[in-house]
Amino acid sequence: MARVKTGVRTVGAVLVAVLGVTAGLTGCSSTGGKRAEDARKAATAQGKAAVNTPRWTFGMVTHSGDGDTFWDIVQSGAKQAARKDNINFLYAHDDEAQQQAQLVDSYIDKKVDGIIVTLAKPDAMKGALARAKKAGIPVITVNSGSAESKDFGALTHIGQDETIAGEAVGEELNKRGKKKALCILHEQGNVGHEQRCDGAKKTFDGKIQNLYVTGTNMPDVQSSIEARLQTDKSVDAVVTLGAPFADTAVKAADSAGSKAEVDTFDLNEKVAAGLKSGDLGFAVDQQPYLQGYQAVDLLWLYKYNADVLGGGRPVLTGPQIITKDQAAELEEYAKRGTR
Amino acid sequence: MTATAPAPAPGAKTDERLVKTSPLKKLMGRPELGSVVGAIAVFIFFSFVADSFLQASSLATVLYAASTHGIMAVPVALLMIGGEFDLSAGVLVTTSALVSSMFSYQMTANVWVGVGVSLLVTLAIGVFNGVMLTRTDPPSFIITLGTFLMLTGMNLGFTKMISGTVSTKSISDMEGFSSAKKIFAETITIGGVDFKVTILWWLALIAVATWILLRTRVGNWIFAVGGGEDAARAVGVPVAKTKIGLYMGVAFGAWVSGQHLLFSYDTVQSGEGVGNELIYIVAAVIGGCLITGGYGSAVGAAVGALIFGMVSKGIVYAEWNSDWFKFFLGVMLLLATLLNHWVRKRAEATK
Repeated sequence: MARVKTGVRTVGAVLVAVLGVTAGLTGCSSTGGKRAEDARKAATAQGKAAVNTPRWTFGMVTHSGDGDTFWDIVQSGAKQAARKDNINFLYAHDDEAQQQAQLVDSYIDKKVDGIIVTLAKPDAMKGALARAKKAGIPVITVNSGSAESKDFGALTHIGQDETIAGEAVGEELNKRGKKKALCILHEQGNVGHEQRCDGAKKTFDGKIQNLYVTGTNMPDVQSSIEARLQTDKSVDAVVTLGAPFADTAVKAADSAGSKAEVDTFDLNEKVAAGLKSGDLGFAVDQQPYLQGYQAVDLLWLYKYNADVLGGGRPVLTGPQIITKDQAAELEEYAKRGTR
Repeated sequence: MTATAPAPAPGAKTDERLVKTSPLKKLMGRPELGSVVGAIAVFIFFSFVADSFLQASSLATVLYAASTHGIMAVPVALLMIGGEFDLSAGVLVTTSALVSSMFSYQMTANVWVGVGVSLLVTLAIGVFNGVMLTRTDPPSFIITLGTFLMLTGMNLGFTKMISGTVSTKSISDMEGFSSAKKIFAETITIGGVDFKVTILWWLALIAVATWILLRTRVGNWIFAVGGGEDAARAVGVPVAKTKIGLYMGVAFGAWVSGQHLLFSYDTVQSGEGVGNELIYIVAAVIGGCLITGGYGSAVGAAVGALIFGMVSKGIVYAEWNSDWFKFFLGVMLLLATLLNHWVRKRAEATK
């Protein structure tokens, strides 16, 4: 047992040493970090209610998985509009269709004054929307489901048509004289992802191929893209379907020694920085902040003034093609989490 | 392989452990033999099917993919030899990366401080797993499933609470970042080919783990604990300490992988890592570790990770229809495992 005691003592000594070293560095970084962010934030003010309508409650239910950057931005848009419109805003999400429908049901039970919902798996949501209608609760659909929204009895749909967004990518690639592109799908079996790649295929004059990667494992994403670029030197464009994957694709292209230009759907702080520095060619933004903001605001307009936007057709929030020219301005907005 | 026999058989005239065995027979008895044959088969297969598989740069990519799984597969294999599972290993990697990133950012501290804090936190979670297991009755499967769920929730909850979004803020402009990047995410160019530093970490872990298993008393304890816990306790093996140590080993691996994740991508997505724990276990099993414990090797687990890396990237090099990617992956892994199993059976028969 003496051996064990020394073992424990060694472990203790190592931990103390680690602590000592970290304490020795004492600490502070004079660049970046929270302090820099606080300095940036100091100026921005939080808004307050701009109207004195009753405090209605709106519930939003999305098909987002846990920890998705995109839906964070949608939420921050919705919250901003809710603050302005004196709305009590509720949010819930589940990536399984059945669970998502149950969440809508529970909001109906709570007798909320309006519901915002995504129709990523429309059939599963049909019943829930019918119940909302029966209960007299107005519904607005966002993001996905532009085709079904009207039939299911929603007031309006706000979002991007994935096929149109894909087509915009194909056209932009043509404009840039690209010949062979890779479409990187980070979720196998996601309908919206397939539509984007198919849309791009439709308008792109060159050749485009799909590549699946495991989106929950970044090193795997990198090595898979790297492997494909090593094996096919003629690829001159890589299109990722989500902002976090763009930077990884750039690294993969670098280490594969490929000259391919990396382009992406969606925007975040890093994508904006990448566009600014020229690492990325362009980004197709569907403006998630706008989707959340508009949904809440339009529900408020409907409750207050019986206004409906879109005339039964989807209100498109994208695609907006962003290049180097707009990047500098958008980087600041992306940093605060609204673009 | 004397280590597999925790209790000697007293009274026998010539101890079976003292019987001389030829080097060939010794080789045939190694647990990793099957996986090595499997790896060679997969390698030959893809050299024929995929033109670019044999390029030096492609092999470096395959090694990188193998090392990112292998860094975890090695300590996970040791834990399995000790008879336990860790389902929280995949998300623990993400936790480790999140802790260093957020600590450094929120405190505006030198990045190395965050890295140190992360090591302590990660090891503490390993100790938590080990202590919970040894102090209570439920199997490690259930205990670490609990930890897995808690960590998944905490990764998301804390990240959202502290940074306001689901990914961490970039720390690439902070002090200490570039030196930490050198240690955890450097690219080393040898003869025009880029190798990732994770490969070195991987090799070092294999060496240390093999040394512990085969040359130290702790190694004997690990085999003994996995072979039969009560018997091991009866001969004076500190069962609880060994198991806690094994969980700390997994935690250390998670720390290394987590820091690699952080310093190669400088922001971390809080939802990552789910599902990877199964890949580590798969690698260990392909490498010859028994699911029931008491048998296996670190080298085998490393070869298992190599097989996984070769197959998953080989499919891409071969440009097979990507709709079928997961199917091909499953088929190849099954084949490699079956071949491995067959070779081992043959080896044991000739013993």
